[in-house]
Amino acid sequence: MLEVNHASKIFAKGTPNQKIALRNLNLSLKEGEFVTVLGSNGAGKSTLFNAICGSFILDEGSIRLDGRDITFLSEHKRARQIGRLFQDPMKGTAPNLTIEENLALSYSRNSKGLFSKAVGKKERELFREKLRTFDMGLEDRMKTKIGLLSGGQRQVVTLLMSTIVTPKLLLLDEHTAALDPATSEKVMEITNRIVKENNINTLMITHNMASALVTGNRTIMLDDGEIIFDMTEEKRKGMTVSDLMVMYSEKKQQNFDNDRILLSN
Amino acid sequence: MSVFIGSMELGLLYAIMVMGIYISFRVLNIPDLTTEGSFTFGLVISALFVTKGHPVLGLFMAIAAGAVAGIVTGFLQTKMNIHPVLAGILTMSGLYSINLWVLDGSSNLTLLGTESIYTMLRSQFEGLSRDTVELMIGAVIVLIVIVILYFFFQTELGLAIRATGDNPDMVRASSINVDTMKMIALAISNGLIALCGGLITQYQSFADVNSGVGTLVVGLASVIIGEVFFGRRSLTIGFISCVAGSVIYRYIIAIAINSQWFPAYMLKLVSSIIVALALALPVIKTKIVESKAKRRRKSC
Repeated sequence: MLEVNHASKIFAKGTPNQKIALRNLNLSLKEGEFVTVLGSNGAGKSTLFNAICGSFILDEGSIRLDGRDITFLSEHKRARQIGRLFQDPMKGTAPNLTIEENLALSYSRNSKGLFSKAVGKKERELFREKLRTFDMGLEDRMKTKIGLLSGGQRQVVTLLMSTIVTPKLLLLDEHTAALDPATSEKVMEITNRIVKENNINTLMITHNMASALVTGNRTIMLDDGEIIFDMTEEKRKGMTVSDLMVMYSEKKQQNFDNDRILLSN
Repeated sequence: MSVFIGSMELGLLYAIMVMGIYISFRVLNIPDLTTEGSFTFGLVISALFVTKGHPVLGLFMAIAAGAVAGIVTGFLQTKMNIHPVLAGILTMSGLYSINLWVLDGSSNLTLLGTESIYTMLRSQFEGLSRDTVELMIGAVIVLIVIVILYFFFQTELGLAIRATGDNPDMVRASSINVDTMKMIALAISNGLIALCGGLITQYQSFADVNSGVGTLVVGLASVIIGEVFFGRRSLTIGFISCVAGSVIYRYIIAIAINSQWFPAYMLKLVSSIIVALALALPVIKTKIVESKAKRRRKSC
């Protein structure tokens, strides 16, 4: 499904600020996998997402999506098959456009032609029906400007926008982190439902280790630009947060020891 | 009475330019200085075609010329990553030479005695007075432009352009090329501005390469005056408020000149002050509120 092969990226190469963001990273997703991504700040989680989305082009390595090489494809062309949500609910919607206009814009991936009416009767009906399933009353506010909605509501609309034309891959970058606990739970529940219903391959960054272990069916942890562990469903069953912490510090210690050997030689 | 009708006529014609400026300034959120060049570009192109005996074709060529100017600015902004204001200045400055070149090196051209859409339609409707015909031309063209824009901005392309000014990241995430959207919007904006120039030259039977100076500020002032009366609501109301703003602006000028509050050469200064004040208003308001609050707490 998604294949990231030997991905490397160095920012500000050759300057004192050089930062190795991705280190020969390999990741392969099977059909229908929902992977949670853990890692401390600066581990390269968002960089990995940016690489997949095409915000920059890799220094080394390749990316394939559904058998197609997308390594050098421009960002907006990749977006046809990749949906993405950010932590900031403001980022995914246009505040001065109404709910239905925002939805119509992402629905235009199914374009009927540039000069066809964006929000027709059929579209409006479809949007209303989809919004109703969220049970947030949004279906009655389709002509409200998105800027007037709360963060949680905006995030739900963004979620619908990025999945209304089913993407091959959904990238969630801590999309519930800016929301209050109750809203966050609700958004998470909707996310799970949408992903399951449409069987979308998903990568989700989170800092909540407990939820990372129970959400989806695979968990990976990144550190310093590489995947330090990768647990499929069976392996992570019965894992607790403290097990995870122990594994993490062991791995860190190992790296530290390796460095020491290297330096003492 | 003739001042009253004259201002109305000018207001309607300039409304087309104001709508063009509205698209770049309010929809795309870019102050586009190409305006000053593309207005004159449309004007001289239209004048050139009038002298060759093709006034109607001249208007369409003016639109095309303005659109090309807009695409150049858009290209500099997006593909070459030049600051939007500077990109506009570069195009405007370059167009100055091109405009002189169109007029064969002379800085002005009189169109007296040639056939324009005004002379054509005046002879077509002989029963009507000259003013009525001129007013109708302005009103009909403005109406056509509004109707086209109304439908255009409801299409998928139009929606994508509106979203580009609002949140480009989201547009990119919806698999739409943001750079192309900006270029198309600037092409439409400058096409309208050039059409306005093309009409003005036929209206006054005269072309001058310096007539674009200050048009952006005039346009912005009209946009802002319109918004004072209509508020900032939907896009269609925005376009209607542009027309109102443009007409009101002409009346303010006519009144000011007739009552001799200030000499005609002060117009550009007054326009600049109107725009500066209108843009500064939000800041001034909060400052006033803050200082009031301060004083209240000090006196306690």
